[in-house]
Amino acid sequence: MMPEEIFEPKIVGFLCQWCSYTGADLAGTSRMQYPPNISISRVMCSGRVDPTFVVKALAEGADGVLIAGCHPGDCHYNEGNYRALRRYPMLINLLDQYGIEKERVRLEWISASEGEKFAGVVEEMTANLKELGPLNWKGRSAEYCKTA
Amino acid sequence: MAKPKVAFYWCASCGGCEEAVVDLHEAILKVVDAVDIALWPVALDFKRKDVEAWGPGEVAVAFINGAVRLSEQVEWVKLLRKKCALIVAFGSCAHLGGVPGLSNATNREETLANKYLNSPSVENPDNTIPKIESQVGNYTEELPVFLPCVRRLDEVIEVDYYLPGCPPVPDLILQAVQAILEGKLPEKGAVLAPDKSQCDTCPRKESKPETMTIDSFKRVATSTPDPEKCFLVEGYVCMGPATRSGCGELCIRGNMPCRGCFGPTKEVKDGGMKMLSALSSLINAQTEEAADQIASTLIDPLGTFYRFSLPSSIIKHRLD
Repeated sequence: MMPEEIFEPKIVGFLCQWCSYTGADLAGTSRMQYPPNISISRVMCSGRVDPTFVVKALAEGADGVLIAGCHPGDCHYNEGNYRALRRYPMLINLLDQYGIEKERVRLEWISASEGEKFAGVVEEMTANLKELGPLNWKGRSAEYCKTA
Repeated sequence: MAKPKVAFYWCASCGGCEEAVVDLHEAILKVVDAVDIALWPVALDFKRKDVEAWGPGEVAVAFINGAVRLSEQVEWVKLLRKKCALIVAFGSCAHLGGVPGLSNATNREETLANKYLNSPSVENPDNTIPKIESQVGNYTEELPVFLPCVRRLDEVIEVDYYLPGCPPVPDLILQAVQAILEGKLPEKGAVLAPDKSQCDTCPRKESKPETMTIDSFKRVATSTPDPEKCFLVEGYVCMGPATRSGCGELCIRGNMPCRGCFGPTKEVKDGGMKMLSALSSLINAQTEEAADQIASTLIDPLGTFYRFSLPSSIIKHRLD
């Protein structure tokens, strides 16, 4: 018999190119260890992250989504990250009505020098998602609409 | 030359779309002059066997309103697809899922329990819930199956055109009928309405300031909007930014914010998310706590942003 497969969560990360992406890069060049569960998309600004991206990622197989940008006040475009900050709670409230746990979508401020913070966030998020289990939108959607 | 035949059919809907046809007023006489109505359950008596007797493509166009919830509706729309040259999804429910689509925010069991057992206006001491099969004397009576989720018409059959709105407005219906009669139709799959946002054609456009912020969300149920100002300035959720224009801004002229029945414009994949994005960016907050607090004043974001379109959203339904 095959040993039971260990669930490895898939995380999609939208990282702003000025701070958080550079921070993630620093984590890499400093050879910090963190779980390989995150796939990173570099975006110009955390304010560019349309909530549509988040639900699309979740519907296409992600178990969690990380949005990361410059610390408030440090945005390259002055206030793009404030847009992310303002959208986030409403998105979380809406996802909750869909039955999607708030731990699955996380907003973090990670500066270009915070490689360690980035590694820590990915580690923590991976652990949280392992506990939550797979989102499995496709399977659950098929089940929901199944004509018994 | 024989007049082209037209069919009307309804699925999970309220009957408002049928009203909309009657709302054509005297223009309906011109329509009736130009076509033969081959099927219209709300007004004329036809049976399924009459429809089954039609040849393929014999009927020029079927206007189907309502979302799809019952097995009977699936059978009917599939039958109509075979017999009709064109299928037009008529109204928000057929187009996007509509208000019945909000049932996807719960599940079948909760919907039935709410309707037949728990609703405050229901008296049902025997806890009777409709059964698919029941025995009456020597006969077995059957009811259509209440399917587990609400679907848009185009999730069940191929749809050629969409007429948006709850209900579609007379102007757009007439234009559509004319286009069909003259064979001047746009590319297949088009929504037969302008591809501009509501804000673009809004009569209150001029009152919209350069920048605006929202300190808390208001509801028309508990306060009255200023009859001149942009609704968003006051904190009322107006779906205008993420809604297609073409309705004549009827709600706004009646001092009600747009609720989004026309759905989003062509390129938008998920109208609710676009609205959430546009609206929450206006929140007047510099800290996470403040943003959280203001967001919490918007009751039921799912039902607000997807009032007419939950089955068209990317996530589609609650994950049970």
